[in-house]
Amino acid sequence: MFVWTIVAGLALTIAAFLAGQSRAAGMRLSGGAALHSLPSYHGMYLGAAALSGAILAAILAALVLGSQSAALPVSAAAGAAIAAAALYSGIKPDFRARNMFERFVLGVLIACSGVAILTTVGIVFSVLFESIIFFREISVVSFLFGTQWSPTSTPASFGFLPLLVGTFLITAIAIAVAGPLGLFSAIYMAEYSSPKLRSVLKPLLEILAGIPTVVLGFFAALTVAPLIRNSGEAIGLSVASESALAAGLVMGMMIVPLISSLSDDIINAVPQSLRDGSYAMGATKSETIKRVVLPAALPGIVSAFMLAISRAVGETMIVVMAAGLAANLSINPLEAVTTITVQIATLLVGDQEFDSAKTLSAFALGFVLFLFTLALNYIALRIVQKYREQYD
Amino acid sequence: MTDLRADFIAKRYASERRFKFLGAAALGITALFLIFLVSDIVIKGFPAFFEHRVMMEVTVDPAKVDAAKPMAGDYDGLVNDAFRALYPNVTSRADRKALGGILSQGAADDLRAMVLADPGLIGKTLKVPALLSDDADLYFKGMQTGVKTAAGAGTLQIAQAGESYVITGDTKDIVQGQIIRANGGALRVTSLEGTTVLAEALVAPTTLNTATSGQWDILTLSVKETERRINDRQVVWMEQLRQSDSVGKTISWRFFTSGDSREAELAGIKGALVGSLFTVAVSLLLALPLGIAAAIYLEQFAPKNKLTDLIEVNINNLAAVPSIIFGLLGLAVFLNFFGLPRSAPLVGGLVLALLVLPTIIIAARAALKAVPPSITEAALGVGASKQQAVFQHVLPLAVPGILTGTILGLARAFGETAPLLMIGMVAFIADVPQGVNDAATVLPVQIYLWSDLPEIAFQSKTAAAIIVLMVVLFSLNAIAIYLRKRFERRW
Repeated sequence: MFVWTIVAGLALTIAAFLAGQSRAAGMRLSGGAALHSLPSYHGMYLGAAALSGAILAAILAALVLGSQSAALPVSAAAGAAIAAAALYSGIKPDFRARNMFERFVLGVLIACSGVAILTTVGIVFSVLFESIIFFREISVVSFLFGTQWSPTSTPASFGFLPLLVGTFLITAIAIAVAGPLGLFSAIYMAEYSSPKLRSVLKPLLEILAGIPTVVLGFFAALTVAPLIRNSGEAIGLSVASESALAAGLVMGMMIVPLISSLSDDIINAVPQSLRDGSYAMGATKSETIKRVVLPAALPGIVSAFMLAISRAVGETMIVVMAAGLAANLSINPLEAVTTITVQIATLLVGDQEFDSAKTLSAFALGFVLFLFTLALNYIALRIVQKYREQYD
Repeated sequence: MTDLRADFIAKRYASERRFKFLGAAALGITALFLIFLVSDIVIKGFPAFFEHRVMMEVTVDPAKVDAAKPMAGDYDGLVNDAFRALYPNVTSRADRKALGGILSQGAADDLRAMVLADPGLIGKTLKVPALLSDDADLYFKGMQTGVKTAAGAGTLQIAQAGESYVITGDTKDIVQGQIIRANGGALRVTSLEGTTVLAEALVAPTTLNTATSGQWDILTLSVKETERRINDRQVVWMEQLRQSDSVGKTISWRFFTSGDSREAELAGIKGALVGSLFTVAVSLLLALPLGIAAAIYLEQFAPKNKLTDLIEVNINNLAAVPSIIFGLLGLAVFLNFFGLPRSAPLVGGLVLALLVLPTIIIAARAALKAVPPSITEAALGVGASKQQAVFQHVLPLAVPGILTGTILGLARAFGETAPLLMIGMVAFIADVPQGVNDAATVLPVQIYLWSDLPEIAFQSKTAAAIIVLMVVLFSLNAIAIYLRKRFERRW
């Protein structure tokens, strides 16, 4: 039915376009007053009316009769026909069809831009509603400060702290890896490398940035984790097979391109005059970078790190595949910890019952995750904006 | 005084060199990681593009395959009987089961395909390939255990003592655990007493004659029997196949032409690839017009006001929202509220469209911004309306840039996994989806599913699927770079 509804709507739209165009063209031929708009604009005006009528009628019919109803194509056609017929007689030589049509197009463009707002609203409401139901059953305090997370046991306990600590442990490892690597890469590319070398290095980092996280997760779980466990055992350490270290290391490598490309842009945005001033005082290149360029770029670099943290906290596949499921409250990187995203994924994979606290808790976790990353992104983006203005 | 100053300068230069080295080292480590990652996956995944099959003579018995209904024939029976006929002395139930473990459950697929293509073959004797099981396949790829065959030097006397065998003669090279093949049998060494070897029969010898030099050999297996999925008896049988030269290695087209399966040797990525195609197509159809329209509005028409600011902040934030949150959105809105089908590429496409929309908008805006204002001004100057100027002059010039950004967004959608887990695209689905409403999975999710399975063969398949995914992504990126190079215009 869906396909036929579209076919009916489009067919009548085209018919309306042809009708409007030929009526306007006929008026021009009959030698009356000059047309305000080209005939094709009259056609498009009528076509737009028909299309809107068809969509409106189809949506109304779907709401009243159900989305599988056989009457959908008929009602779409009827809607289009009525809308076009109503405006058909309005086509006159002095009718400002182009302006009307352009107003319609502008409306469509605005509506399309509004999808971004709709998406945010959709996200907020979808996590908020289920979270409210969840917090009716579980108190906010016991959620935020509980130290036990076992949603599947009876009685289930929903203490958020182990997940928070696990998430931050893995994020900290990732940033400890990605921070220096990304920053030094950016400094080298921006300040030292020749344009030729840069044209090799940049794609290299882009390749790393383009690797799907499921691939990195596979690599972390099947290559890096055993490597760490074996080398740990070789020096007498007991390492969990799903250690936080393996997931954190690989996640850190994933973030390197993000930090380096953002920092690279920011370092490049520092005005050359600052560097020249420093060189004129006799400073070496590294002294200039350390004492002039980096301090000038600091706000931007801080925001790059914030975006990196937000990315690490929200990353899912690497930790789902390489980190553990058991919620240990531990800051030992050699132990298995779990994260917010791992729990969301495991709680919602498979069959969900929307009346159980177990499923709802995933939405509460999603809510926390969304708020946290939103705050980080917002602050980081504001810092970048302020910083850009400063040197513009 | 001069010395001090020279020291000071030397120190500063040293620190300069250290600093530069740190930068190069950071890039070096990143490059090494990338090389390690890619080579690890290629080494793991490459063998999965090949499969081993055993060539056998099979008589297509009209009693088992009815010429009127060739679809319903008992091809499994035919192939299994033909395979067992190669090993006439395997009789015990356990042994027959172990022997059957060498062949795949889909071993008869090739025969069935041949007969269905040409029913005239019924009643004839054909040479057909039969697929080996994943374990046997791994054995022939050398991924189960190392095997060394050493020709026997000297003579052996073999005598039976109850259940076990006593071997004497030139036994100085023999150690415990080795398998001695002589007189049509295979004996596993259980213990050594001086030069006398005690052994048990894996395959009972047909005679107890003396074996002279060249008539016997020693098999040495590098992995203990308890630590591999193929037992010693199966090894002897497979070595027999190897000696008769009837095992062939071919490219595993099956990997590209079949859907998922519980049996590693039969599992393929076609279902996941088609599912990915549907999903990405849906998301592209939605995100591309929406993204371009939004970009045109924001870049060309939007007045500077609160609403525009709100939209811009929203887009920038959405670009950084964790992808799993989009999965929650899909689950709560598309599945629960609108009641769309679970696991369907339609829903996956919707979610991915919202996910890549900010990327496309940002790229399209950059492309529109790169078109110089003189173009618009010239159009306006000869009497075009603002919309005519934008749609007829600015937009066509921005198309290459928009296309590049779209392809990069497409690549992102193609590799995305987490949000699709939420909307049920993780089920085991053996069938290839036929439309956007069928239950399906996508390539990255298939990789995730396979990576969870314990069989080594599936690990290899996972890496192979990753190679396919990466090849697709690299091609998309290469197209984007080519387009950028080809159509890029400096104003």
